[in-house]
Amino acid sequence: MSTPLPYKLPIVLFALATLGACEKVLPPSPAENELLDGPVAGLSGEEHLQFLNGDIAFNDEVFTPETGLGPRFVATSCGSCHAGDGKGTPFTTLTRFGQTDSTGNQYLHLGAPQLQHRSIAGYLPEQLPPGATFTMLTPPANTGLGFLDFVEDADILAMADENDSDGDGISGVPNWVNLRGYVQPRTNAISINGKHIGRFGKKAGTYDLLQQTATAYNQDIGIASTYEPYDTYSGNEIDPEVTNQTVLDVVFYLRTLKTPLPRNMNDPDVAAGRQLFAQINCAACHRPELKTGESPIPALAHQTFYPYTDLLLHDMGEALDDGYTEGSATAAEWRTPPLWGLGLSPNSQGGRYFLLHDGRAGSIEEAILLHGGEAEASRNQYQSLSDGDKQKLLIFLENL
Amino acid sequence: MKKILTTLLGFSLLCAAPVFSQPDSSAWLKRTASDTSKSQLNMDAVYNRPFLQAGKTPVAVGGYVETKAEYLRTDGISEGFGFQMQRTTLFLSSSLHRKIKFLTEIEFEEGTREINIEFASLDLQFDPLFNLRSGIVMNPIGAFNQNHDGPKWEFNDRPIAATQLLPATFSNVGMGVWGKHARRGWVFAYEAYLTNGFDDRIIANGENKTFLPAAKPNPARFEESFNGVPLFTGKIAVRNRRWGEIGFSTMQGVYNKFEEDGLRLDQKRAVRAWAIDFNATLPKLGTTLNGEWAWVSVDVPETYSQQFGDRQRGGFLDIVQPVLKRKMLGFDNAVLNLSLRLEYVDWNLGKFRETKGNIADHIWAVVPAVSFRPTAQTVLRFNYRYLAQTDILGNPPALTGGFQVGVASYF
Repeated sequence: MSTPLPYKLPIVLFALATLGACEKVLPPSPAENELLDGPVAGLSGEEHLQFLNGDIAFNDEVFTPETGLGPRFVATSCGSCHAGDGKGTPFTTLTRFGQTDSTGNQYLHLGAPQLQHRSIAGYLPEQLPPGATFTMLTPPANTGLGFLDFVEDADILAMADENDSDGDGISGVPNWVNLRGYVQPRTNAISINGKHIGRFGKKAGTYDLLQQTATAYNQDIGIASTYEPYDTYSGNEIDPEVTNQTVLDVVFYLRTLKTPLPRNMNDPDVAAGRQLFAQINCAACHRPELKTGESPIPALAHQTFYPYTDLLLHDMGEALDDGYTEGSATAAEWRTPPLWGLGLSPNSQGGRYFLLHDGRAGSIEEAILLHGGEAEASRNQYQSLSDGDKQKLLIFLENL
Repeated sequence: MKKILTTLLGFSLLCAAPVFSQPDSSAWLKRTASDTSKSQLNMDAVYNRPFLQAGKTPVAVGGYVETKAEYLRTDGISEGFGFQMQRTTLFLSSSLHRKIKFLTEIEFEEGTREINIEFASLDLQFDPLFNLRSGIVMNPIGAFNQNHDGPKWEFNDRPIAATQLLPATFSNVGMGVWGKHARRGWVFAYEAYLTNGFDDRIIANGENKTFLPAAKPNPARFEESFNGVPLFTGKIAVRNRRWGEIGFSTMQGVYNKFEEDGLRLDQKRAVRAWAIDFNATLPKLGTTLNGEWAWVSVDVPETYSQQFGDRQRGGFLDIVQPVLKRKMLGFDNAVLNLSLRLEYVDWNLGKFRETKGNIADHIWAVVPAVSFRPTAQTVLRFNYRYLAQTDILGNPPALTGGFQVGVASYF
């Protein structure tokens, strides 16, 4: 005897209804402006493939002792420090030590400039040498790095005002750095006495994303490459543990990550906050608009973008002076950090803020109040704002 | 959507087709029915399977197949619709003597991507309370590792806590003893084995977390111990005919190579796991509850990254409610079940040294399911799976949801 229809029908209807409801019950994409990862628009199919290869190497490849981790290291993968391509936390803070002036690092023979405070089994991690000055640096967000990479040197120099000739209390100088042997100067690069303008890193001590990537592989993960072929334990040159192609894929990935998208720009409070930002002269260093020059990646060439940085060093006062220098950057000088994506920082910092170079500021307001030196006047103006205006400024910053 | 729907329905029919078209082999093969009495424990699962026996030969064969199709989406991005041949498993058992038995279980996972001898042991019974087992044994940690056959479960995926926290299915070469004693509706049992065990991949792997299953792909563990220290696995279990079964188990060993050629490399680093498992069927309602909870402790070097946790915990609870037991779709004793699985794993318990904030790195999942059993040995399963995975920092979780349809059957 066959099963009566009333028993078959509900089963079939249930299956159809459930399948029909797919779209309603599957997790949706977060809004595009809530995400930091994803490629810039306008990449070709070939470029998308290289982006994906770089994405895998950056976010999915975890190093083990078997694949070259360490012996001394800070993190086991690139993604460990930059969750979702956003800012990192004190868990993966880097410690740089040993350089107090422009004469170079006096502790290179003791493992400087970067401390690897973790190690694989059987090895001892690096200890900070007694007496060495140091600074701690939280990992920055990766977004929009390619745009920053292709800003013309001339445009950066045009924003500099070393002697404060306009009398606004803000100078702004580039960090003149020596190029690593494998680094090629950009098109239209400007040099002085063989030194070039650094633009990556908290003190702008790194010239380009190839140097950034190769040194991060080496100093953060303990992975030797043909670019940085050093063992983090012995300091000796060793065989490469990552291929050139992988390094270049990661460089391409970092270059072609999209810029953060601002949110709620038509909100009246956000608009008012933007005006206050300019009014109290934050924009003198946190330049809203920059443009790229020539680029081998067509999608990045001659683009206007909104990073809120001038890529220059500014004296930030005594409170942020850690006594550590890099290139021509003095101990109190820090490169203006881009503010784009600032409000999304908690999404990669475990639901809270770790701001400023070492993550000491737990909120945007706290970060503002820790500004000194060239930013002291702006900080004072912020403090004199009404509570309502302060709130509007903070809302604006959260929506960048 | 229409395409997915059509494909899913088509796949369901394909899955069901072999059930209807299988030739009758009863003329020359005798099916040894599995024991469904309530005195069976999880530890009996290895022998408590349907076998086919040719005439009066002492050899019996069996196996099961498990396959699924799924459409999953994580944070709005899907890899699309896919089919997976999860596993084909073959059993071969032989009674050499009424007190000497051998059984082997060979598993082919995802086609032939992974081929494992999951069990290959000789059992010698000296007394029901004292049996010697030797060969490749399933370490009796938790219940799922012992009782994992796909056709027994109402869900397409194995529990996360059983397969990723505990490393089911986990078997090693070794030997040990086991025994059972039944009295007045109660059954008491124990197992104790020494086997080869883990290696240092459990804290050095591509998962970027302490991950006991990372030791499984090392085929050398069937040849020699990684460090010369046996892994102890022990379990005691009690079953009452009315109330069900509860088991307590532990696994204790050393995972690292602390010495090589007589030279000291490191201190001995311990790996320990404890598990409690239970299963019961509620009277009158017929609801089956089946769960397991485990704790893992690993001596991770102080100098290593906190990315690799030294304490983990997790478990699952399956609730299965038969809603229809009658002749359906031409099957005399068919059963339709509604089920729910709840699962949770915390890969890294503790606080960050740098911030004193909680380390997250956890996952939870909810899996409602409908399953249809045309016979006790065959199940068609339809699951909705929703899981939230939070990274080590506690950032907003990656949300995955999707549908799975599959079939598992003994043959």
